[in-house]
Amino acid sequence: MMKQRTRWLVLLGVVLALLLTAIGVCVGSTGLENLMLLLWRADVPTEQAAMARQIVWEIRLPRTVGAWAAGALLGLAGAVAQGLFRNALADPYLLGSASGSSLGVAMALAALGGGAGMLGGASMMNGGMAIGVFSSNLWVRLGLTGAAFVGAVLAVLLTLLLSRGVGHTLRLLLSGVVVGVVLGACTHLVLLFSPDSLQAMQAFMLGSTAFVGWTSSVLMLGVWLICWLVSWLLARVLDGLSLGDATAFSLGLPVGPMRVALVAVLALATGTAVAQTGLIAFVGLAAPHLTRSLVKTTHANLMLLASLVGGILLLSADILARGLIAPQELPVGVLTAVLGGGYLLWLMHRGQTRPGEAG
Amino acid sequence: MTAMSNLRALQVDHVNVFLGHGAARKQVLHGVSLSLAAGRWTSIVGPNGAGKSTLLKVFAGLLPCEGDVQLLGAPLRSWTHRERARQMSWLGQNEASADDLTVWDVAMLGRLPYQAWLAQPNEQDRAAVEQALRTTQAWDWRARPLGQLSGGERQRVLLARALAVEATVLLMDEPLANLDPPHQTDWMNMVQALVKQGRTVVSVLHEIPMALQADELVILAKGCVTHQGASSAAETHRALEAVFDHRLMVRALEGQWVTLPRSPA
Repeated sequence: MMKQRTRWLVLLGVVLALLLTAIGVCVGSTGLENLMLLLWRADVPTEQAAMARQIVWEIRLPRTVGAWAAGALLGLAGAVAQGLFRNALADPYLLGSASGSSLGVAMALAALGGGAGMLGGASMMNGGMAIGVFSSNLWVRLGLTGAAFVGAVLAVLLTLLLSRGVGHTLRLLLSGVVVGVVLGACTHLVLLFSPDSLQAMQAFMLGSTAFVGWTSSVLMLGVWLICWLVSWLLARVLDGLSLGDATAFSLGLPVGPMRVALVAVLALATGTAVAQTGLIAFVGLAAPHLTRSLVKTTHANLMLLASLVGGILLLSADILARGLIAPQELPVGVLTAVLGGGYLLWLMHRGQTRPGEAG
Repeated sequence: MTAMSNLRALQVDHVNVFLGHGAARKQVLHGVSLSLAAGRWTSIVGPNGAGKSTLLKVFAGLLPCEGDVQLLGAPLRSWTHRERARQMSWLGQNEASADDLTVWDVAMLGRLPYQAWLAQPNEQDRAAVEQALRTTQAWDWRARPLGQLSGGERQRVLLARALAVEATVLLMDEPLANLDPPHQTDWMNMVQALVKQGRTVVSVLHEIPMALQADELVILAKGCVTHQGASSAAETHRALEAVFDHRLMVRALEGQWVTLPRSPA
């Protein structure tokens, strides 16, 4: 049952997301523009209004919705990872799943002939560069998402194999880092032999929402809904697992199959976000942490709240990335890496000064 | 009571347990055969590394083992997950701590074996959780997150979680960890009350004077059972002194058995 504080936070999360969406639609590469007003004013020439409408509906709105959905997917993946591995530092990146997704995408592009093979419809933003990895064709998007999912599953399994289970925190995190670094190197190697996709992958590796169209946005929203529903259904298992494997087993929970299902959710959420927006760091780590600092709740509520917080974080970062050095635009992944790194340092500092409350 | 005493709550036959992998693989239990009567409190004692917790995990079905394990007269493997969970409750040693869950939520996890997949807790679940929290004197903190409690307070909440299962058989590994003496006494009284209701309690204890309050002792050394008998029996006391290299003495004091340290000669 949702407690009052949780209900208020959900409401706040939705309102903030809507507010940020409105701001996101108004912020563009030419600085702060109030396109909504432009659309509503009667004295604007028809051509200008049509252009404004096109910018809003075909570029800014899908990108804004996509940024929220990618953040929600990463926040959800982080909450699942932290519950599943009983580790407050677990996130899609530290477990290697993001690197696995990235390698999956790079291999899919290389196998299909890089940009040329993936011509499903060039992005409107930047013709040549956006072809392939940022294509808006549904089949291309599904194919890349599938490749990212397989990459993420294999990476998590490899991490678990190297760490010999989840029992040893340090070994788990070190294995995740090793898998992340090695798979990252493999991605670069694949790109080296596939120069066609190198340029597009460059933006992808930095993490960007600039090329997210309606296809990607809707795909991410759909996958988020599925992942959230499955993780909500399995939330009691995560609650049980928080007392340890032995207790969860003693409570009659089929721990093994449920864990497989949760790894699949983790991989699907990470893979889908990475396949559309590239490598965006720290959102998966920070969103569940921030949520837990706001409210102590069961995993059933945490899944929704971490998604909302993740969506708000990435959407805010995306708006900042567009507005900070306008008319230039920062890759949002760079911004989240800098902000997230600072947040992690602050967490560490707080852990040292307030030992009882770390993580 | 007689019928209950005749029933075997737990039984293991020729159980071997190996832990570790490769070169580190080690046999921890060596052909252990043991039978524990229902409606009794049995304490498993022995020196460090004797295999006490391993044996308790074998009873709970938590470890793969060679040999036969039975719960209430039926092979452990033949029980469904849910039915086994209703019959046998487990309180582990150093259980991972669900810091973000409230005391109430943690205790309610004990009702999972009774709840349909997406069902909300019913009146019976709430009553069982309330009674368990009141029994362990944790009711007043029910709205607090577990992470805000001290070690001893957490242990009482985890104990309440195990009690909320309302199982016939309770397995407890080091249940007195972090508990202060008054709460250790409360725990003992609670166990004795449970046994009076016909429940079976099996505990692994390092506190030998507390273990001597049990109905029966199982003494383990180097993965083998060296003795099983009534905790008041003189042979049990001799076996107990022997397994600890005669570094302790069992003596009677005001109608109870206590242990005293004995310095090497």
